[in-house]
Amino acid sequence: MTEHHAIKDVEPVLLPPAGLHASLRRMAALVRRYTYLLRSSGVRLVELIYWPFLQMLTWGFLQKYLAGTQNPYAQAAGVLIGSVLLWDILFRSKIGFSTTFIEEMWSRNLGNLLTSPLRPYELVAALSLWSIIRLGVSMVPVAIAAFFIFGFNLLDLGLALAAFFCVLVLTSWSLGLISAGVILRYGLGAEELAWSLAFLLLPFCCVYYPVSVLPHWLQPVALALPPTHVFEGMRSILLHNTFDAMDLWWALGLNAIYLAVGYVTFSWFLGSARVNGTLLQLGE
Amino acid sequence: MDETTGSFRKEVGARAEPERLPVAVSGLTKRYGSVTAVDHVSFTVEAGTTVALLGGNGAGKTTTIAMLLGLVMPTAGEVRVFGADMSRNRYDVAQRMNFQSPYVDLPARLTVKQNLTVYAGLYGIANAAERIACVADDLQIATLLDRPTGKLSAGQKTRVGLAKALLNAPDLLLLDEPTASLDPDTADWIRHKLKDYARSRRATLLLASHNMAEVERLADRVILLQAGRIIEDETPKALIASYGRETLEDVFLDVVRGRTRDTEEGAAPEVAKAS
Repeated sequence: MTEHHAIKDVEPVLLPPAGLHASLRRMAALVRRYTYLLRSSGVRLVELIYWPFLQMLTWGFLQKYLAGTQNPYAQAAGVLIGSVLLWDILFRSKIGFSTTFIEEMWSRNLGNLLTSPLRPYELVAALSLWSIIRLGVSMVPVAIAAFFIFGFNLLDLGLALAAFFCVLVLTSWSLGLISAGVILRYGLGAEELAWSLAFLLLPFCCVYYPVSVLPHWLQPVALALPPTHVFEGMRSILLHNTFDAMDLWWALGLNAIYLAVGYVTFSWFLGSARVNGTLLQLGE
Repeated sequence: MDETTGSFRKEVGARAEPERLPVAVSGLTKRYGSVTAVDHVSFTVEAGTTVALLGGNGAGKTTTIAMLLGLVMPTAGEVRVFGADMSRNRYDVAQRMNFQSPYVDLPARLTVKQNLTVYAGLYGIANAAERIACVADDLQIATLLDRPTGKLSAGQKTRVGLAKALLNAPDLLLLDEPTASLDPDTADWIRHKLKDYARSRRATLLLASHNMAEVERLADRVILLQAGRIIEDETPKALIASYGRETLEDVFLDVVRGRTRDTEEGAAPEVAKAS
């Protein structure tokens, strides 16, 4: 190494670290970091679209086949494709939240983040925002492809689609918070949870069948899950052209509870990781 | 406060709260189950000084630094940085601190410039581009700015990590093994830069290290830890003299092998039976 002197010493101009603007600035810095990461790999970008596209194709062809049978439910336009696309909103948003968080552990960057002025709620907000951006990158091309290949227009769900989207994304954040907390506390050994937690809901939130199919004792469990109301609502619109808005308010109320539980769980596990010293070993 | 920009402009040598010690640790204890990693440690660090935490593996250096950073919660005791209780009010002072450690990395896929830009945002640096250019120039990483961080050599990564740690021109810089796995030339260069930084800004440095030459060169004071306890707290020269040794490495070996500072000069030091 050679001796060297800076051409010009530039002092850092430090902006006030507290307040809304400071929080937004730190969240923007993290979203920028995730954007850089996505841009750095074409494979990642393709992968975002690859799996939902394959899902849509598989279920779309099944739908096409069933439409030729006498089953009136199967004949209803787009129920299966609608189910797949809405489920993918929940699943992809959850995966977007969790894998982005895990990425910080894989890259051994969490120690840098947690010792910076970044607050945990800002990290959570940035992950949530990024999950929506990722979802857009992933789902918009697939929804457009569904229209051109199978003639299914997701926008046919009308305004309800926006409400469905909100319910599903909020649920995905609750699940993402719980998995991120568990991984923080127990390390990357618990990584599988990030992938599998959403699937735990799959049988109970009635993605592909109505709630009435479930045994009576299981139906209250299904109705306590916000996504159930989305899938019931979607079937109601596509099969009967009716829609009960109260159902969605109920789902949003449930989401508020689940989000609170998710954030408390995340905070508790983060605190527990600080107590147990596991933040020191992450990624090693 | 800069009234025209609404920002806080740092000035070399200036401190907002000069009366508050950069580091004040009192009765600090960390237990993991039955294992006591840090045992009732108390010390303070004066502004503008460089203090080294020295000790063998498992002595409690990294855990102490992690508690100073707020990454690990103490079982008992208190850590104050610039007067802020790190268990409760870490964010009051987070912008005035920074750290570097070989146990954390910057994201490998991002370029050096991208990483530094992200951290400039997190630390609230308004003039990010100019500051990054300045730090990059100073640490001789300007030619690396567009390269993915993961493709750098160990020495280059260390310099980039140091650039991240110096971006906000911290008043308190915590360093865990700052020259681990570097060749002697690069390690010496890094030490030179750290010393320059501390002197020119009257910044406070607290470093954990195994490298005795590094500690002798950088530190105004050495805190020797063994089994989580402070067993010596002296200037390097005083410590060497009190053990009747020639180098800090000899003192370190005496300590970890259980030899006492009362050993007569020239005589083979007696190994304590307890060890």
